[in-house]
Amino acid sequence: MSDSPKHLDLAGARARLEGKRGREFWRNLEDLAATPEFEDLLQREFPRQAIGWADDENEVDGRRNFLKMMGASLALAGLTACTRQPTEHIMPYVRQPEDLIPGKPLFYATATTLGGVANGVLVESHEGRPTKVEGNPEHPATLGALDAFGQASVLQLYDPDRSRTLYQDGEIRSWADFLGMLRGLIEQQRASGGAGIRILTETVTSPAMADQLAAIQKLFPASKWHQWEPAGPHSARTGAMLAFGQPVHTYYNVSNANVIVSLDADFLASGEASLRYARQFAARRRVEGANTTMNRLYVVEPMPTPTGSKADHRLPLRAGDVEEFAWLLAAGLGVAQGPKQSDNGDINKWMGGLVKDLMHNQGASLVIAGEFQPPIVHALAHAMNAKLGNVGKTVFSTDSIEASPVDHVASLEDLVSDLDSGAVDLLLILGGNPVFNAPVELGLADRIEKARVRAHLSLYEDETTAVCQWSLPEAHYLESWGDARAFDGSVTIQQPLIQPLYDGRSAYQVLQMFLEAPEMGGHEIVKGYWAAQHNGADFESWWRRAVHDGVVAGSALPTKTPAINGAALATPAHKYRLEGKLEIVFRPDPTIYDGRFANLGWLQELPKPITKITWDNAAIMSPATANQLGVYKETLNAGYDGVPMVELTYQGRTLRAPVWAQPGCADGSVTVHLGYGRTKAGRAGTGAGFNPYGLRTAKALWNDTGLAAKKTAGSYLLATTQNEHALDPKRHIVRAGDLADYLKNPASVHEGAEDPPPALTIYPGWSYPGHAWGMAIDLNACTGCSACVVACQAENNIAVVGKDQVRRGRAMHWLRVDSYYSGSPHDPEIYNQPVPCQQCENAPCELVCPVQATTHSAEGLNDMVYNRCVGTRYCSNNCPYKVRRFNFYLFSDFETPSLKLLRNPDVTVRSRGVMEKCTYCVQRINSAKIDAEKQNRKVKDGEIQTACQATCPAEAIVFGDINDPNSRVSQMKAEKRNYGMLADLNTRPRTTYLAALRNPNPEIED
Amino acid sequence: MADDQQIVVEKPAPGEIIAPGYTFSTITDQISSVVLTRKTPLFWFAAFGFGGSLLMLFLLAVTVLLAKGVGIWGIRTPVMWGFAITNFVWWIGIGHAGTLISAILLLLNQSWRNSINRFAEAMTLFAVACAGMFPLLHMGRPWLFYWMMPYPNTMGIEPQFRSPLVWDVFAVSTYATVSLLFWFVGLMPDLGTLRDRTKNPIGRAIYGILAMGWRGSARHWSVYETATLLLAGLATPLVLSVHTVVSFDFTIAIVPGWHSTFFPPYFVAGAIYSGFAMVLALAIPLRSVYGLQGLITDKHLDNCGKIMLATGWIVAYAYMLELFGAWYGGNTYEQAAFWHRMTGPYAIQYWSLVACNIVAPQFLWFKRVRSSPVLLFIASIVVLVGMWLERFMIIVSSLAQDFLPSSWGIFQATRWDWATYLGTIGLFLFLFFLFVRALPMISIFEVRTLLPQAKVSKEGKR
Repeated sequence: MSDSPKHLDLAGARARLEGKRGREFWRNLEDLAATPEFEDLLQREFPRQAIGWADDENEVDGRRNFLKMMGASLALAGLTACTRQPTEHIMPYVRQPEDLIPGKPLFYATATTLGGVANGVLVESHEGRPTKVEGNPEHPATLGALDAFGQASVLQLYDPDRSRTLYQDGEIRSWADFLGMLRGLIEQQRASGGAGIRILTETVTSPAMADQLAAIQKLFPASKWHQWEPAGPHSARTGAMLAFGQPVHTYYNVSNANVIVSLDADFLASGEASLRYARQFAARRRVEGANTTMNRLYVVEPMPTPTGSKADHRLPLRAGDVEEFAWLLAAGLGVAQGPKQSDNGDINKWMGGLVKDLMHNQGASLVIAGEFQPPIVHALAHAMNAKLGNVGKTVFSTDSIEASPVDHVASLEDLVSDLDSGAVDLLLILGGNPVFNAPVELGLADRIEKARVRAHLSLYEDETTAVCQWSLPEAHYLESWGDARAFDGSVTIQQPLIQPLYDGRSAYQVLQMFLEAPEMGGHEIVKGYWAAQHNGADFESWWRRAVHDGVVAGSALPTKTPAINGAALATPAHKYRLEGKLEIVFRPDPTIYDGRFANLGWLQELPKPITKITWDNAAIMSPATANQLGVYKETLNAGYDGVPMVELTYQGRTLRAPVWAQPGCADGSVTVHLGYGRTKAGRAGTGAGFNPYGLRTAKALWNDTGLAAKKTAGSYLLATTQNEHALDPKRHIVRAGDLADYLKNPASVHEGAEDPPPALTIYPGWSYPGHAWGMAIDLNACTGCSACVVACQAENNIAVVGKDQVRRGRAMHWLRVDSYYSGSPHDPEIYNQPVPCQQCENAPCELVCPVQATTHSAEGLNDMVYNRCVGTRYCSNNCPYKVRRFNFYLFSDFETPSLKLLRNPDVTVRSRGVMEKCTYCVQRINSAKIDAEKQNRKVKDGEIQTACQATCPAEAIVFGDINDPNSRVSQMKAEKRNYGMLADLNTRPRTTYLAALRNPNPEIED
Repeated sequence: MADDQQIVVEKPAPGEIIAPGYTFSTITDQISSVVLTRKTPLFWFAAFGFGGSLLMLFLLAVTVLLAKGVGIWGIRTPVMWGFAITNFVWWIGIGHAGTLISAILLLLNQSWRNSINRFAEAMTLFAVACAGMFPLLHMGRPWLFYWMMPYPNTMGIEPQFRSPLVWDVFAVSTYATVSLLFWFVGLMPDLGTLRDRTKNPIGRAIYGILAMGWRGSARHWSVYETATLLLAGLATPLVLSVHTVVSFDFTIAIVPGWHSTFFPPYFVAGAIYSGFAMVLALAIPLRSVYGLQGLITDKHLDNCGKIMLATGWIVAYAYMLELFGAWYGGNTYEQAAFWHRMTGPYAIQYWSLVACNIVAPQFLWFKRVRSSPVLLFIASIVVLVGMWLERFMIIVSSLAQDFLPSSWGIFQATRWDWATYLGTIGLFLFLFFLFVRALPMISIFEVRTLLPQAKVSKEGKR
């Protein structure tokens, strides 16, 4: 790509472009356009969906490249024009760039991070606007799937509450002002070696940033870099030190495990690589065709999680009791000294069968310690896995993926003591929100003000920004260059999809201000770092491939097998006693995490897995514990009346919180989810929920005893999308059974259910000669993680309605995940059931619509014509699945400019008074059909993926043509587990379910 | 011709449908004086004012509704129909008694209906007007209501003729049209009388135009009689069909608690039940305020009471059959629906409706109750409340808990629900008292046929 005629073209183009535009505007674009890298970017960024980069390279000629470059430059110019509307930049296409077809999205690989750990994604871009994030199938952590956080990250980009302007003490300043201030301060510090410089970041896995930080450290040896990640794997880090004496990072291969023991680990739905684990886990539970085996999952946990809902054996244990369980298991396996009996009869009942099961599956078993369990549990898990021969088979160890695997609590405490001693002249906080989420006793809000100059780089003006003089707007990851490591160390180069909407800069750019060339752009920083690392020839093509693929080939860290430090495990377990008090358990929130996503309406409104609470957190406890506190009865009608409030007192600090009685919680344990109670989050997040950080100390980041709870006056309205319902055995909504019974008699899962034969009618069946779209949802795979709900929301421009409207039953999600319980409220079995439109062949909705606004397509889709709908809502009344959603008000935001950019242009934004519902992503179907027609072929199986299907980590949702007997969906529907929900109504749903199976250990009696 | 003298009639004997002592002219005097000469009583101002203020509330509620959307009501997934459709069915039902009285009882030669048919028909019209508001207002985009009608359009789209809502459009609009025609045709002779009697030139012009040249000639009477009979013949099936079609809104759907074949007779009986209750609720205060006890006698009230008792029993039977059907049918959803009705979140409403519609009317077995206007008035209000609850129960409780427990949800009425409902009561009262003030509320010429004098002549001379 670097032959000479093209260079000439480039220069010419640049000259022409430069002549047209203002200097300020060009500063960023020029960074791209001025360098050959820009051209590379163009080439590379048209991904394989559009054009193979390698083919392109062979066929390259100057003209084509010039046109592409021109076109993309203009596209970027036009795009910026969209956001800022400077009329002088708007230019029509003179010639349409070859790969940019209006209406055809392009996909670019990048990575979203959570806790610093990368999830590789492909971002859909419509004419320069990123609109949708999908998992990158090439990336080891996502394998094409994505979690709710990643799905919602595109909303974060366009969040109208984002920090837009650089302020100093409330006065608008420019980046140049900040740079000037910083350079001046640095000069003062140079003599002391930067003794007054403190940089506080979250977890850093980025090699380029690590390099920058190291360079700063070299320039200013006395400066300090601190890290604080509120929901990071602190215990895993310390646990590894305990077990191995070094900061070893551990990951798993769940596919190879026949028996999995989760010690309070929600590995299927949260934490790094959970997408990968869920996929591997589900693959081992696919009782289909010739496969008649399933893995077996044992879970002990304080509060039901998606992982717990998949367990074949689940034991509700207080978070503090998991350690005892781990010791007993370790003792049973012979890797630790200690008693083999517990006071807890439930544990004893399990232990014999569990130990036997594990010993039977040596090398094919897996013990996973929860991220939030104390270090000793991690150490014990390491020892058990080693003993079971799992290392190298299901468990892998590498060096830490973090740039600096230090103890974050110690790091933060160090900073606090420096602040107290007045040693800090400059505190630069890059991302994060430590004032809100640091351990409460550190009192960071007051202490930060002891630093002379404080600057906070952040996407939002939040609680931390409020105590800093400098508020620096941060560029979103979709706006900036970067790199990050995934769970196994694989590096993804993050590339921007759009120019910064506001005047934001990335953390790389801010760190660069300490170094030479302080105005260097993110692209040069990241690329420069990798160029320096590259030893082979032809860096350019390596770089292009790395950026294009979304993962740097061969960058995974090598695995190693460190020796277990046996001495550390000899310490006998300390017994955990409640002593009349309760246990408090802190967990990151399933939808807004540690609070950083608090302003994202999609995530706030996403019903939390299991509880189905939206817009709030609660003191989650077992019904028995609620009863003990005398509040259980009042929680029963949580959907309509308020729930009672309790006052939680822990270590002298108190918090009032609403009670949520959750079947399956361990008695005596109260779980609170972090992240709520934000005071400066934005329109959506401020004031929602209550703030458990107010109780959280450095000593007990995750759980502790000594919580006192008492009922207080007042009640609180929680907005849930579903009340807790026991599975009605007469309705056969969720069909389930044990593997052994199913294998003996496959009909056993359908026992008692009625399924009218299609021939019952005197009318001839309707024929669907072309395609007949259908969907199969494997309940055995679904974990209930709810990523599909957000994916659907992003794909289909679904409106956010707010807490009050959710409470009034008006949430707009086209796809919902229902939860049902069976068994005792102490330890119920929990079933998750995603419910999209069932696309009935005999659709009850269709005949009752007076204006034919909902009709049947020739391919069996139940189409909804928004234009025609007058809003009688009769269709919804007559829908037995209640999947239809009505715009009671003008729910869609037609006003906010930035949200207009977010919309999927292929999907109508619905107005007030019309009904809407799942369409099976008809826009994707039609796009694939058009492509197929152009190429004169049939649509291939798997070519169309609905948004929910694409993001599902467990591959539970399969969509396809049921006319094609070889399609995946037809094969699934041919399974004996397949059934239609409410099929007895003769609606003949096109969406069918595969019954859930459990694989309990016959030696353990529940 | 009328003087302002007090018309003296004796108290009618029990069983009489008109008090002795009336003559053709005193009847005309008494009825037309309400409109033309008598001082408007304070009661009228109070009632009209009350209706008018509720009408203002209605206008406010509708304005807010159109500005914001149906979200101001308590409807939600899964209860997509709430007060609006409840009120629609309730009002339509009330209208039915008027048509029954004017058409069916006419065909059946029940001459006692002559004294109450006029205002009962007016009640029908105004009730239908109120009812008609709701299907329009409840739509998400009411400005597109005309899409429900088959009209030639460039898109070539017709309504979905399988949808009961389209049937509703035809049923209700036909009903409204026929009721209006019937009422207006029946008014013509009396409009002629008012034209001739009024001293106000503007009034004379208006009544004159409305009387459409009525001169009371034999030919006019002959044509009139034929027209009335034909219209009565047209209206009679409507009494049965309109509420049958309304009940189809529910029976065609597959919602447990709705999907039932016996809704049509059940709904028609309920309609007549509530309609007669409304007739009583209007007649009792009117006759005492305007001193019309001689024309609307205790016998009328007694008859209405008996009809209420009879239709009340039909309704009670329907309730029991509904429960039996649910139990005997063995359908899980149907059984659960009725179980939820009796024990679930709407149990209070359910048992209140049983008390109002089944228990309370049993007092009508007693002649003492039927002959006491006060007790009858109370009974009729109780029945009106009960019938409203019945519709609410059928619609809301069935929807709230249907097939998938995950989607169950409880409807909670908002103040705008109540404002719209009370607002249509205001509209009804407003229109009704306007009618009472401006038109003869009792058919003058028909009541005159009740006099013995009218029956002496074999030649049919009036």
